Amino acid sequence: MENNYTAACYKSDQSVRWCPGCGDHAILNSLHKAMATIGIAPHKIAVISGIGCSSRLPYYMNTYGFHTIHGRAAAVATGFKAANPDMTVWQISGDGDGLAIGGNHFIHAVRRNIDINIILFNNKIYGLTKGQYSPTSDRGFVSKSSPYGTVEDPFIPAELVFGARGNFFARSIDVELAISQEVLVAAAAHHGTSVTEILQNCVIFNNGIHNPITDKEVRADRTIHLRHGEKMLFGKDLNKGIVQDGFGLKAVELGVDGYTIDDVLVHDAHTPSNFLHQQLAMMDGKSLPLALGVIRDVEAPTYDASLTAQVEQVKSAKGFNSLREMILAGDTWTVE
Amino acid sequence: MLEKTNVKVLDKVVVRFSGDSGDGMQLAGNIFTNVSAGVGNQVSTFPDYPAEIRAPQGSLSGVSGFQVSVGTGVYTPGDLCDVLIAMNPAALKQNVKFLKPGGVAIVDIDSFKEADLRKALFVTDDPFTELNIKAQVVQVPVTSMTKAALADSGLDNKSVLKCRNIFALGLVCWLFDRPLEAALHHLKTKFARKPAVYEANAKVINAGYDYGHNIHATVSTYRIESDAPVKGVYTDINGNTATAWGLIMASQKSGRPLFLGSYPITPATDILHELAKRKDLGVKAIQMEDEIAGVCSAIGASFAGNLAVTSTSGPGLALKSEGIGLAVMAELPLVVIDVQRGGPSTGLPTKTEQTDLLQALYGRNGESPVAVVAAATPTDCFTMAFEAARIALEHMTPVVLLTDAFIGNGSSAWRIPEDDEFPAINPPYVSAEQLAAGWRPYDRNETTKVRYWAIPGTEGAMHRLGGLEKDCVTGAISTDPVNHEKMVNIRREKVARIADNIPAQEVLGNPDADTLLVGWGGTFGHLNTATEELNAEGTPVALAHFRYINPLPTNALDILRKYKRVVVAELNTGMFADYLQSKLPGVNVLRINKIQGQPFTVTEVKEELTRLIQQA
Repeated sequence: MENNYTAACYKSDQSVRWCPGCGDHAILNSLHKAMATIGIAPHKIAVISGIGCSSRLPYYMNTYGFHTIHGRAAAVATGFKAANPDMTVWQISGDGDGLAIGGNHFIHAVRRNIDINIILFNNKIYGLTKGQYSPTSDRGFVSKSSPYGTVEDPFIPAELVFGARGNFFARSIDVELAISQEVLVAAAAHHGTSVTEILQNCVIFNNGIHNPITDKEVRADRTIHLRHGEKMLFGKDLNKGIVQDGFGLKAVELGVDGYTIDDVLVHDAHTPSNFLHQQLAMMDGKSLPLALGVIRDVEAPTYDASLTAQVEQVKSAKGFNSLREMILAGDTWTVE
Repeated sequence: MLEKTNVKVLDKVVVRFSGDSGDGMQLAGNIFTNVSAGVGNQVSTFPDYPAEIRAPQGSLSGVSGFQVSVGTGVYTPGDLCDVLIAMNPAALKQNVKFLKPGGVAIVDIDSFKEADLRKALFVTDDPFTELNIKAQVVQVPVTSMTKAALADSGLDNKSVLKCRNIFALGLVCWLFDRPLEAALHHLKTKFARKPAVYEANAKVINAGYDYGHNIHATVSTYRIESDAPVKGVYTDINGNTATAWGLIMASQKSGRPLFLGSYPITPATDILHELAKRKDLGVKAIQMEDEIAGVCSAIGASFAGNLAVTSTSGPGLALKSEGIGLAVMAELPLVVIDVQRGGPSTGLPTKTEQTDLLQALYGRNGESPVAVVAAATPTDCFTMAFEAARIALEHMTPVVLLTDAFIGNGSSAWRIPEDDEFPAINPPYVSAEQLAAGWRPYDRNETTKVRYWAIPGTEGAMHRLGGLEKDCVTGAISTDPVNHEKMVNIRREKVARIADNIPAQEVLGNPDADTLLVGWGGTFGHLNTATEELNAEGTPVALAHFRYINPLPTNALDILRKYKRVVVAELNTGMFADYLQSKLPGVNVLRINKIQGQPFTVTEVKEELTRLIQQA
């Protein structure tokens, strides 16, 4: 799409105050560039966040922005979009903000399928409060609030999205700028709630938490970049693929054990059934590579469009021009 | 026969319908109210329903009541009733305390069998003696007469029994000389989609009326005086509906679309119901996932440029407090409606109280001033909802509107206002000139201290709001100590200056009395009636009833300082009295308090006020 916007059009004049080396810088850059590609005018965009490091992001956008309260950004964004559906709405959240204190609003926004784009910065830690475990921290994780290790299992954000019947889920890594831009552009194009999880490194309190997957040396073998309509191939030489294995999935090497390119699955992000999407999203970078890219992208009726249509339909059916007309159509009597 | 008929002429009467919560007492009461309003009476109602949806049939906890006063000079549903309709022993037992000595109790004697008496925990077989009733008891075979009237209707037994309430209504219509045609009209509207049910009820209401006619030698009948009311078109309205409609009027007068983010909670849910219906007027009313999402979605809608509202009751207001603080900080217009009920915690969900005043004024972290207004009567809910919206939009602030279960559910006849009876609402939009000159989001009007509103979608007005403290000039995040203190004072001053944009406080009753009775919100009817009666009986009393709580009208404190005795009557332990006392050093604020989940009675206000007057 050709347009006159550049990344600079979306940058505010505020100096960015995240820690040097924080993954948030890369995500912000990706978002500026993605917005230039999408090409929506800055004054038609609202960026709404909760509380946490990631939620500072609206201050760095030359758009309408609202830095709200802890966990509630999805509810604020829902009201904003329902009230003013002409605006494009982005909602920025972290794993603590979005999945702990704001978990209820998160799942209900996804269930309603209101047309907002949620970016979930997942660093598996509370950064702004200086290092407590989050709802995505692995069992046994040691932090200031779990000095002997946590005794609880984490959420896997994708699983929560599918549990809430989500229709768009994508994933990237902070340092994968190209993939981040690709999925953010796709998220914006999708009608309805989109959730983009970006694995983000907290350089101060949880440095290297994603390294087993994201380290340069292993990344090609432990991640797979899914693209709609393309074979599910990965590895430095794209010599590995994902094949169906009974009800599950399996990673194979082409030419080994008789597997050929014909056995490798083709990604279909648009199929309504989320069965395979969920299996792909649950791949964890161990026996199966962690899936990046757009995993599910299915169109369904959106809350805002349905609401607007219902209001218009009822309005024209009743034909009232004012409150007084509506009241006079009911039970009344006249005193002369 | 006619010469034996005993007709009482009264300026007002009080009727109380009572029965099982499934007996349709609210419907019978509502129709009686509407018919009375239609013949020119003033009306005031008080539905008194149980918290349980359907308690065991015939049990004491399942009794539902509906009290209505009709006539002239009607400001309350009345303390005690002239006529009590009791459809079963439990209803009689629970409601006989509301019956005037010398009044009439009409009971469905068919429902006073031994098993019925046991369910209502009577220990003898003579409930009337056991209750020591000092009123006339009229024993009417309501059930068997209803069955007889519908013998040929082809309806099943259950459907027949559902018409008992309308037999009682027919009898009451005869008693008070109400036109049956009007009652039939209301029944027809109610059962528009069930013609067979309408036909049955039409037969039964006539049967009830005729029954009254045939036994009239044994009961007093009443003729009720009517005022000549203001000309216009009227409808019957309850407080919650009036609140919803007042918001719609404010939306029309401001040009801002109306958005409600809400969550079901007794006794406020009817506001959500009404506004959900008003999609026909373009209203967006959204049921969110919880109370917090209710207020937060409204804040989002406000940022987006709507007239944004959230409606709730006390427990929900507690959950919304952090969100209201955000709207204070972001300086966005927001209307928060609290239909107060008995607390704390879940408390008395269906009963009335005024115990959320301090929560509304102060229930947030930090220095967090908001405007607070309160509605005085069911119909005043329309005016004060409009006012709450007007103040919010013109002063860019959250406004809490306090109503309560009593006026929210109670109803009155209401003259439908003409569109020009309410003023235009003018939000402080950012002008094109300001934008061209380099507008910043916390630029303010120097007189009102109100910041300007840039609606998202406007070119060249992109800005960022948030809960963090902002620099008073640039609007950027600031932790500067002096700036913070300055912003705290600006936000406080902004709310204080709303006083220049609200009406002066009025004094009713005898302004030259040396005793000033003070009230606020939903107690107006009782306090006004007590004031009128005391003045008529020779005890001079003035009444200052407050609807603007924060800020107070500019003349309020001067009024209060003028009187020898200031007595604040409220349905809590003294919240408004404390609030006034803190502003009135040197004045001894006296108190009348009641915390029983019930409105005042006029009698208890008069007695307590008289006692205080005699004391000092």
